[in-house]
Amino acid sequence: MTIVSNKPDLSDADTSGSADTAKVVTVAKTRPGALAETGSPLLRPPAAAHLSDEQVAELGRELDAIKDDILAKRGSADAAYIRRMIKIQRGLELSGRALLLVSKKKPAWIAGTALLSFAKILENMELGHNILHGQWDWMRDPDIHSTTWEWDFVTPARSWQHTHNDLHHRWTNVVGKDNDIGYNLLRMDPDQEWKPFNLGNPLYNALLAPVFEWGIAIYDLELVDYKEGRKSKEALTKDLKALGRKALKQFTKDYAATPAVAMLTGSGKQALYGTLTANAVRNVWAHAVIFCGHFPEGTDTFTEEMVEGETRGDWYVRQMIGSANISGSKFMHLMTGNLSHQIEHHLFPDLPSNRYAEVQPKVQEICKRYGLPYTTGPLLKQVGSTWAKIFKLALPPKKA
Amino acid sequence: MIRLRKLARAASLLTTPLAPEDILSLFNPVFSARQLRGVVTRVVPETADSATIFFRPGRGWQAHLAGQWARIGVELDGVRHWRSYSLSAPAGQDPAITVTDMGAVSGALVRGTKPGDVLFLAPPQGDFVLPEHPRPLLMLTAGSGITPVMSMIRTLVPHRPDSDVVLIHTARTAADTIFREELAELADQFPNLRVTHWFTAESGRLDFTSAADLDRLCPDWRQRAAYACGPEGFLNDAEALWEAEAEDAQQAAASSGTLTIERFSASLAGGAGHDGGLVTFEASDREVEADGDTPLLDVGEDAGVLMPSGCRMGICHSCLIPLRAGHVRDLRTNEVHGEPGQLIQTCVSAAAGPVNLDL
Repeated sequence: MTIVSNKPDLSDADTSGSADTAKVVTVAKTRPGALAETGSPLLRPPAAAHLSDEQVAELGRELDAIKDDILAKRGSADAAYIRRMIKIQRGLELSGRALLLVSKKKPAWIAGTALLSFAKILENMELGHNILHGQWDWMRDPDIHSTTWEWDFVTPARSWQHTHNDLHHRWTNVVGKDNDIGYNLLRMDPDQEWKPFNLGNPLYNALLAPVFEWGIAIYDLELVDYKEGRKSKEALTKDLKALGRKALKQFTKDYAATPAVAMLTGSGKQALYGTLTANAVRNVWAHAVIFCGHFPEGTDTFTEEMVEGETRGDWYVRQMIGSANISGSKFMHLMTGNLSHQIEHHLFPDLPSNRYAEVQPKVQEICKRYGLPYTTGPLLKQVGSTWAKIFKLALPPKKA
Repeated sequence: MIRLRKLARAASLLTTPLAPEDILSLFNPVFSARQLRGVVTRVVPETADSATIFFRPGRGWQAHLAGQWARIGVELDGVRHWRSYSLSAPAGQDPAITVTDMGAVSGALVRGTKPGDVLFLAPPQGDFVLPEHPRPLLMLTAGSGITPVMSMIRTLVPHRPDSDVVLIHTARTAADTIFREELAELADQFPNLRVTHWFTAESGRLDFTSAADLDRLCPDWRQRAAYACGPEGFLNDAEALWEAEAEDAQQAAASSGTLTIERFSASLAGGAGHDGGLVTFEASDREVEADGDTPLLDVGEDAGVLMPSGCRMGICHSCLIPLRAGHVRDLRTNEVHGEPGQLIQTCVSAAAGPVNLDL
């Protein structure tokens, strides 16, 4: 009798050798997602109308090469970066919350609220947004993975990943396909039909900013799709339940558990104000940064004709001319979760965020060489430009 | 323990969406809500290319039986790799693995591990363990195959004077023999252990085509419960010999000994270049032939499997599925890769040889 006990993969055979030999350059017939290598869309966006099919294809190859370069370099230093960020964020969160427990003393309230706001911003942007994009999936660490990560934001991570990673990033700024243009609430593009409701544009936006996470949560429910029959009732019920569970946990943490513990030192009320303030600060900041991504003057929107037959190169072009960067210091980039490199992020949504700064000059150079706009500016200028658009589009278009 | 769990649940009200362990990991790296970890406490070199790594596991580890193995996660260049290693420490003591440098991962473990490093762990498992009732034993090992058997010998020999163990171990040379000194000491000290070394550089391979070698080294081998651990060829030869003996014994209406084998399960052969292969969706119980250019997402959908999907162009990571076995080719880079447990983007991965998916 023979008893065989199986133990998998002790042999440690390296597969990398065979991978190297398989790395022959071949032109795939079609890229997955049915984006062709060559050809042209029905209509090229005006900003790119001067480019030939060959030029667009060449631009695509250049951008692919930039990505491949980073993929080859990505390694233990990047892994150490994200782990350090996670540690810093958790340290800040822990100290902020601890200070709020004794926030009857004014300095403790100020320091605690500031630290917690800072922690929540880092958590939302440099950690949450980027990890949920799968930027760190390559590490194969289940603790830092797009399929397991959950964030300190009312919308459940999985719902957001669908509307953001899939819909928004695939159809960036295509009017009628990318609902991020105004989030079904604001009129953000002249091609969106004006209704009297839009007169409230600036008001809605001002009200949205401090409760931005709720705006996103409701947006992720895709109520318009439900109303128009593209989303089933079961799917909506499931999403509503998930949102309910998530919101309950979030509320309990910030508005019940933390103040309850703080009551032991008589700081319950102050702690509640602290967490409310921190969430509002994070929301206002996230709102400002995100609105600077696609709405400032100089960013383009697109029609469905322009994506019909779009090649990979055209997809890249659309990402670049439909996004805007924010210029600033290293700290500024960190505080935006590197979404200040919105153009680079839209070209390569799943590259680790710490690498966008390195890619940025190369992308800008490509835009310059191909005669494409590259929109960037300091935060205040971009925020101002966005607000100007919100005011302008509140009014009906002038009759020609 | 129950009180601790209640405390953890109360604490999680304050830490959600994180678990309290995520915060505690700031202070002690073995804390994790999601996966078992261990901290390396000691690294002892064994031969020129092998070492024993002792570690202190976090909560969730269970004590190992002698002869079991554990999956160990190691990071190379920021990327987690999982391999299985036999535990060489005796049952009842702190766990340790003995690793021989055979590739990138084992090489990094042998040469790059230092006390304080964090290892990622899965609890010990395996059926290659000592028999429940005392029996005379024959251990046949080759090279690093000694590792699980060493755990058995360390567990059994010093504590059970009634045990009767014969070890026949083959290695290339004396210098390549792991645990050589300790085995000699144990054999000196305990008459219930007999050790025979067979050096292939001097004597060639141990011949299993006939019973002659075994008859000479261990005349009563047919009466012993045999355990074998070593490379594929070594195990196949031993298996063939035991089967032949069993047939003979059956004809003579006599009983023959049992052979328990620790086999490293054969991994799917990675197809080179653009070969497709048989794709198996394990949970859905569906098999389908795929060519080497069609994304696994399409293959699954065409086969009627409910596949998670998203952008279909490799950017949104909505379509990740764990790979169970085999290799895939990244349609963007042509890189052929794949490790059991690795999450793959099905929309930009095609089969490179047979592929098993956990879906």
